[in-house]
Amino acid sequence: MAGKMNTKTLQTILAFGSLILLIIIFAIASPNFLKFENIIGILLATSVNGILAVGITFIIITGGIDLSLGTVMTFGSVVAGVFISFWNFPIPLGVAMGIMAGGFCGFLNGVAVARLKLPPFIATLGMMMITKGLNLVLSGTKPIYFVDKPVFGQIAAFPVLGIPLGVVIFFASALVAAFILSKTIVGRYTYAIGSNEEATRLSGINTDAWKIGIYSLGGLFFGIAGIVMASRLQSAQPALGPGYELDAIAAAVIGGASLSGGEGNILGTIIGAFIITVLTNGLRILSVPQEWQMVITGLIVISSVYLDILRRKVR
Amino acid sequence: MTVPLVRMIDIDKHFPGVQALSKCRFELERGEIHALVGENGAGKSTLMKILAGVYRKDGGRIEIDGKPVEVHSTRQAQELGISIIHQELNLMKHLTAAQNIFIGRERSRRVPFLTDDRRINNETRVLFEKIHLSLEPTVKVGELTVAKQQMVEIAKALSYNMRVLIMDEPTSALSESEIEDLFAVMRELKQQGIGIVYITHRMEEINRICDRVTVMRDGHYIGTNPISGITREQIIAQMVGREIYETARKEGIKTRDEVVLEVRNLNRGKQVRDVSFTLDRGEILGFAGLLGAGRTETARAIFGADPLESGEIFVRGKHVHIRHPRDAVACGIGYLSEDRKQYGLALSLSVEQNTVMSSLPRFLSWFGVVNTRQTRRATTEYVERLKTKTPTIDQAVRNLSGGNQQKVIIGKWLLRDCDILIFDEPTRGIDVGAKNEIYKLLNELAEQGKSIIMISSELPEILRMSHRIVVMCEGRITGVLDASQATQETIMHYATMRS
Repeated sequence: MAGKMNTKTLQTILAFGSLILLIIIFAIASPNFLKFENIIGILLATSVNGILAVGITFIIITGGIDLSLGTVMTFGSVVAGVFISFWNFPIPLGVAMGIMAGGFCGFLNGVAVARLKLPPFIATLGMMMITKGLNLVLSGTKPIYFVDKPVFGQIAAFPVLGIPLGVVIFFASALVAAFILSKTIVGRYTYAIGSNEEATRLSGINTDAWKIGIYSLGGLFFGIAGIVMASRLQSAQPALGPGYELDAIAAAVIGGASLSGGEGNILGTIIGAFIITVLTNGLRILSVPQEWQMVITGLIVISSVYLDILRRKVR
Repeated sequence: MTVPLVRMIDIDKHFPGVQALSKCRFELERGEIHALVGENGAGKSTLMKILAGVYRKDGGRIEIDGKPVEVHSTRQAQELGISIIHQELNLMKHLTAAQNIFIGRERSRRVPFLTDDRRINNETRVLFEKIHLSLEPTVKVGELTVAKQQMVEIAKALSYNMRVLIMDEPTSALSESEIEDLFAVMRELKQQGIGIVYITHRMEEINRICDRVTVMRDGHYIGTNPISGITREQIIAQMVGREIYETARKEGIKTRDEVVLEVRNLNRGKQVRDVSFTLDRGEILGFAGLLGAGRTETARAIFGADPLESGEIFVRGKHVHIRHPRDAVACGIGYLSEDRKQYGLALSLSVEQNTVMSSLPRFLSWFGVVNTRQTRRATTEYVERLKTKTPTIDQAVRNLSGGNQQKVIIGKWLLRDCDILIFDEPTRGIDVGAKNEIYKLLNELAEQGKSIIMISSELPEILRMSHRIVVMCEGRITGVLDASQATQETIMHYATMRS
């Protein structure tokens, strides 16, 4: 029994080990890799994908998927831009509206999945197209700049003990998410639904309502990612978004989340997100062309999931 | 007489296409273990799911302590003290035992959105002590054996001031010692005045543990008797009803001639161990055994659906290597799965498309275009030969009844020139009339020289249909009986011959 209990932690250790291994390899290969600016760069680069991955971890654990997270993230940026730059609302209000916009998209995804019984793949594919279009409509197809709002740029850049605020927001999101997942009833029902939805329903739990809640929660995280993204770029880039869902899903899966539901944890997802950035960053420092970086990331995703399948077979 | 704990009166239930229950009755006393028996599809589970709030009744009434109640949801049932342990266990395997037991009741008392794992672990420990279960509350349910998972379900039921416990075939996957443990717990619950409904197929268990037995057949209530006042044979006679298997009688005794299929020392995991047998031309070879005895696994191994670990297969005397279903089909072996809808048919496609599916290459004309005139002619031929009831051959098989779907699959294999047919539970989920037709068809096929392996969990069906009966237990063949000498008792004897 004890051996089995450890397999879950084993996988997180395995992922963590691969991350350390990658860092050592790159540190040896290039003296620039462990420089302070580069480490900060890696942290900053991970923050957006990391927050997205944290959000989708909840949804993946229920056995669902969200393809709209990239464009929903941008929807958050654009809504914040519309409020702050077009309508001159105060920055905190604009930020709140951006995050809420993400949450609302998640709510609609949840309704489509739980109430209308659409497959999550289709429901969120539709949401992806809708938000992609809305982003262009709201922004007039042009980037919305926060030119005369230097404070907005500080959301991602403001140094807290030398670490950019964007990174702090990422870690804070991860801590909150880990707490929700392991200590609250939201987390408990997330695992329960992903493990056996019918059994959960028969235990007298309103699984539909909880699923809507979980998709909304994911949406809020995507909204937060949108704000950090816009702050980093000093603008809301309406065409941004597609492609981000793949990195976020990959991070969660490398970290041990199972697309069939019931499994996954925030620590693993964070490690997964870092593996992807470290790989990209290190390969770039070693002057590996970007095209090849993608190929290698793809191989990593496939092999990490295959390793997981092998591990299960051994059990 | 005191008022019974539970009384169900004139319960009706209709599913699309089937009257599942009509005017069914049931009574349960406090501190009683009440067996509910009947063949597959008799309506036992349906009746109990109505009591447990899983299904809603269409008519009739339910009384608890003599007071009429409405049970619209599992939650309401739990509040009334009614718990059900389903045949396929309803647990969340990624959660711990305690998390499963207290699902929906895990909130911390001080901070309502937090879970209170310490409290539920402690309460779980107390529950486990009550049923003498030595298990850590924090163990993940997915890592437990079926028997332990069942105990977790019982603990869950106990945690809701349970008064009625419904157990749907709890022993079907348990070993003898696990069954002993389960019965010990059941006797203890009985002492506490809990009424237990025990749905089972196993006659010997009824005598061991039950006080009364209610028999159901084809959605009807047949009768209730104290165990002391009824013999096993009487119960079986009530369950079976005379008429159902009348037509199942095999036509004459087949003379043994040519061996068509021989398997020697097949092995695959724990479910297929050292299996050897022969199948003659024109023979119906019955495969009997309890759930999990390894019958389906043996069939799948012969058919190449799961790779063999070791063993030899001979078809018409020739040693063949079957590594994939297509090898089996090439040898003329067809497999009809117990789960027709999942493995046997493409439900949204037509009768014609399903019939010709395995034989398509034969109907190709130039450039790989399917010659539909020929496929239609072939399909029509088999629809007529098998008397498949379908408006046209273009009808989607989804719209056919279970018996006719079965015929479409048979047609598919016959068209593919398969003369060794493996039927896995051919009459499961099929109504009585269609069963008769399937029996007739199997007899006809055998007469035409086809060789048939029939896996069935219904003993009367096995006894009536087979020329010889292979009995399996725990992956081994424990007996091969001639139909003339086999009885339900001898089959059960071999089926429980655990090593």
